Amino acid sequence: MSAEAHTSTEYIKHHLQNLTYGQHADGTWGLAHSAQEAKDMGFMAINVDTMGFSILLGVLFLFFFRKVAQSAATGVPSGLQNFVEWIVEFVDSSVKGSFTARNPMVAPLALTIFIWIFLMNLMDLLPIDWLPGLAGMMGLPYMKVVASTDPNATFGMSLTVFALVIYYSIKMKGLGGFVGELTLQPFGKWGMPANLLLEGVNLIAKPVSLALRLFGNMYAGEMIFILIAIMFSGGAVLALTGGVLQWAWAVFHILIITLQAFIFMTLTIVYLDMAHQEHH
Amino acid sequence: MNINMTLIGQSITFAIFVWFCMKFVWPPIVSALEARKKQIADGLAAADRGKHELELAAKRASETMHEAKLKASDIIAQAEKRAMQIVEEAKDVAKAEGDRLIVSAKAEIEQESHRAREALRGDVAALVVAGAGKVLRREVNAQAHADLLEAIKNEL
Repeated sequence: MSAEAHTSTEYIKHHLQNLTYGQHADGTWGLAHSAQEAKDMGFMAINVDTMGFSILLGVLFLFFFRKVAQSAATGVPSGLQNFVEWIVEFVDSSVKGSFTARNPMVAPLALTIFIWIFLMNLMDLLPIDWLPGLAGMMGLPYMKVVASTDPNATFGMSLTVFALVIYYSIKMKGLGGFVGELTLQPFGKWGMPANLLLEGVNLIAKPVSLALRLFGNMYAGEMIFILIAIMFSGGAVLALTGGVLQWAWAVFHILIITLQAFIFMTLTIVYLDMAHQEHH
Repeated sequence: MNINMTLIGQSITFAIFVWFCMKFVWPPIVSALEARKKQIADGLAAADRGKHELELAAKRASETMHEAKLKASDIIAQAEKRAMQIVEEAKDVAKAEGDRLIVSAKAEIEQESHRAREALRGDVAALVVAGAGKVLRREVNAQAHADLLEAIKNEL
């Protein structure tokens, strides 16, 4: 719809720009009105849409689960309780399957990751112009609905997981054990630089791959929705084709969003399990 | 797509969510699940126990029934024996009573016949005296021959 007002390139760029709040070049604070402005704000800026949607969805998730947790009865479960228990059992069995040590934090962490990422990804299934169009009417220049297409969100999560991995590595193996793991294998103490290089890459790859896998998948999925949306302005035949394609891609995307949430959760469990292992 | 403060904001948000989930969401749900699991297991165990008890009770009931049957047939046998005994006793008593009645009847008959005979004898003596008196009229003095008449009366 807004493609009539912009060229295709502008339409795509518009959809890929976060609503950024920060300090303008002239010193005043406010929303960025172009990609360049947002870029010039540097690090001291915040993506209002990413924060807003992720917090909204996270609070929604915790609200419903907390409601069930408060009224959790041992009798016959009600509909919502049944659903929540089903997810909890699913996550619990995943954790029990791949996490061998004992840590009461891992399962709730996995649950939060799974549901939160799933909900953020789920926003991808909304027709891509609805919420940005609404925001445009309210005078907001940009609106990116899917928080997981913002690397800030995915790296935010993966770096937190990474911090936990390092924390538990040091807690379980001691600082010496952790450093030893990084430097003394696989080639023994005389191959220390090579060891450090290999193990360092191995270590750093964990958060980077976690964040980029999720970001990449969601970004690509969103991009395809945008490209399909452009077809809607290309005449009746193209619009019809676009409609069919959008439906087909949305159906396929349901699989992707669930799978990405599951992969992020499972890898987090595995990484934390490795952090708890003495030898691997 | 710029890396900015959102990164830190998201990390903090994420950490808070995880903390909340760990503190207020996960434990109650999991403990409810565990409790339900235990409840179901207990229920199944109780059902098993109930079944077992039912079997035992059925066995006990059939045993009791069997015993009762035995006892009942015992009682019936005893009762029959006792009834027979009573009948026998009654027969004996009846027989004795009958005998006694017969004896007393015989005695009475004897007495009656004796009394009749006495009466008859008296009458005959009177008749004889009257007859003899009529025949002898004057010659025989009833007072003078009383001892003779008495002897005749005794002979009859």
